[in-house]
Amino acid sequence: MSLLWLRFALGCYFVGLVYAFVALSRTSDLFSRVALHAASLGMVFHFVSLTELFLSGQVVWASVHNGESLLAFFSMAFFMVIYTAYQTTSPGVVVFPVVFFLTFIAAVDEQPVLLTSFVSHKGWLIAHIILIFTGYAALVLSFGASLLYLLQERRLKSKKPTSLISFLPALEVIDQIGYRSLLLGFPFMTLGLLTGSVVAVTTYGHVDFLDPKILLSVLMWAVYMVMVFTRWNSGWRGRRAAFLATFAFVAALAAWAANYFSAIHRFAAS
Amino acid sequence: MRFQLIGVNHKSAPLEVRERLAIPDSRLPDTCRDLAAYPGIEEGMVISTCNRVEVVTHTVNGHADLRGFLHDHFHLKPEELDAHLYEFREKDAVRHLFRVASSLDSMVVGEAQILGQVKEAYATARAVGAVRGQLDQLFSRAFAVAKRVRSETAVGSSSVSIASVAVELAKKIFGSLQGKNVFIVGAGKMSELAARHLMAHGCGSIFVANRTYERAIGLAQKFDGQAIKFEDLYATCDRADIVITSTGAPHAIFRREHGEQFLARRKNRPMFFIDIAVPRDVSQDMAKLDGIFAYDIDDLQQAVTSHVADRRKEAERAEAIIASEVERFEARLQTLDVVPTIVSLQDHLETIRQAEIDRVRGRLGQLSPEQEIAVEALTRGIINKVMHTPITTLKSAAKESEATTVVDVVRRLFNLQVKETQAKEAQSKNAEAGTRP
Repeated sequence: MSLLWLRFALGCYFVGLVYAFVALSRTSDLFSRVALHAASLGMVFHFVSLTELFLSGQVVWASVHNGESLLAFFSMAFFMVIYTAYQTTSPGVVVFPVVFFLTFIAAVDEQPVLLTSFVSHKGWLIAHIILIFTGYAALVLSFGASLLYLLQERRLKSKKPTSLISFLPALEVIDQIGYRSLLLGFPFMTLGLLTGSVVAVTTYGHVDFLDPKILLSVLMWAVYMVMVFTRWNSGWRGRRAAFLATFAFVAALAAWAANYFSAIHRFAAS
Repeated sequence: MRFQLIGVNHKSAPLEVRERLAIPDSRLPDTCRDLAAYPGIEEGMVISTCNRVEVVTHTVNGHADLRGFLHDHFHLKPEELDAHLYEFREKDAVRHLFRVASSLDSMVVGEAQILGQVKEAYATARAVGAVRGQLDQLFSRAFAVAKRVRSETAVGSSSVSIASVAVELAKKIFGSLQGKNVFIVGAGKMSELAARHLMAHGCGSIFVANRTYERAIGLAQKFDGQAIKFEDLYATCDRADIVITSTGAPHAIFRREHGEQFLARRKNRPMFFIDIAVPRDVSQDMAKLDGIFAYDIDDLQQAVTSHVADRRKEAERAEAIIASEVERFEARLQTLDVVPTIVSLQDHLETIRQAEIDRVRGRLGQLSPEQEIAVEALTRGIINKVMHTPITTLKSAAKESEATTVVDVVRRLFNLQVKETQAKEAQSKNAEAGTRP
């Protein structure tokens, strides 16, 4: 049943996906309202799906698909927070496709599961997952914002008259969205990695830094830190910030993909 | 619908002709009175602005001699005026008026002033009693249409002066301009105007630098700002988010190295340069820096032109709204038309009369042809007497704004159903009557 609700949510997110593609070429207030409502409805279905999963007692915390579903939900929640604060749906151009993609994978019914049979401290594991996913969601958003910043900067620089009528919010607003998600996400990501280390230490007795999963996660965190630092210290934005954000995003994707070949943080079909 | 409109505008007539037709505000009431008293005119009003003079009327038969009125009133010969005039009747007159009120017929499409001018003209004519029923309805509708066009299309939203384009660009960069600082380099009229616009949108402090320090002080005082010595320009410029520069320097005064310094000191927060100097004050390689947005006079001019083009695009949407509103207005007037109600009232009473005669015919026995005629005349007479007052009331109500209410009451009292076909027939009869000389 939980899967059915998730598929309903997927249907709603599809509207958002279409919006993301359309919004790049033209502006439509009506369509952005439709996309927003569809996304909200999708979140309701998504919430029902997650709640049902949780209440059914069958929740497998370390399942890839549950994880993806949770990450998609967090990303959407972040998007909504930003919409409430800035009244703009334009981060949806990046967030909607990512959320759709994550939900799509989660809505496929095969469920590879993380091999967690010998994890002894379930509480740490749950904290690890929630923290790290919140960090990921914030990263998705700041990545989106940095791409939009680049786009808006190009439009303003090109001096094409049409750049005046664009769906994008002001450059500084995009910048704030990106920076705030970055600042918000960083502590979550850090704590997420720390709790992960606690889980690893309690389970294996040590942290294997050469394991691809750990290596990539640490790399991602390092890039994340560089982003926060360069932004805070010298106000990096625009092209340089977008480059770093893309790097962090790719590292995050690689770290996620590492679940399939890591020795200690591995998924297998259930 | 017997609306008739005649006039000249910036497209149809040169300024010299428009000048001779222009009516000062003080004389507008008298002109309206004269117009309403002119033969063949029931109601009338005059819109007179610098770009147009229009006479809008509701006539007795749809063929009033409005040209004659203009010739008489302005003492102009037909050959001086007629070639510049346009004249619209009925639906076309309604459409034209809707277009004028919605600023689609203006020189700068979408400018907001015209609606206010039409409203004033309407108020004047109404005050002297030259506008009553039909024109009242027409103008109320025209104002509603103008409002609809303004809210549903972007026809009035884009600004068209260089100063306001600069403000709009600044907003695209900074979002809110609240608390943003402005630096004026080179005190000139145009930069002052741009600064004034920016301040009106909430910008914070203003700095002024000029080669002649006294002029900088003078301008700074106007804005409650701070004058900066020209030699301190590069040391202080990074304090501003928006720089308006218009010096007479023969070379660029802002070069790449300056831009790099500013950005480093500002931690890469963007800067917006409005460069209205010719030759330009901001060098091309500085304008390429990330975080520097420099618009020269040509870029700004291009934005202005494109705004005008955007407005044209929006104007097409507005035309569609107006077309549908003209249809709606026509349909509404049709329902207001009292003729169908009168016809169905007559039919209704005639049916009753016939039914009553048939009912009593048996009791009356065989009637002679003379008696037959007498009964017919008697019953018809009664009906006509009874109908006289309601029909007169309906006819006079049609000329006033309360027509809807009266028509409604009569229909309810007699339980009349006016068929649509009947209404249309009546309409075409009206039109035929109207075309007769």
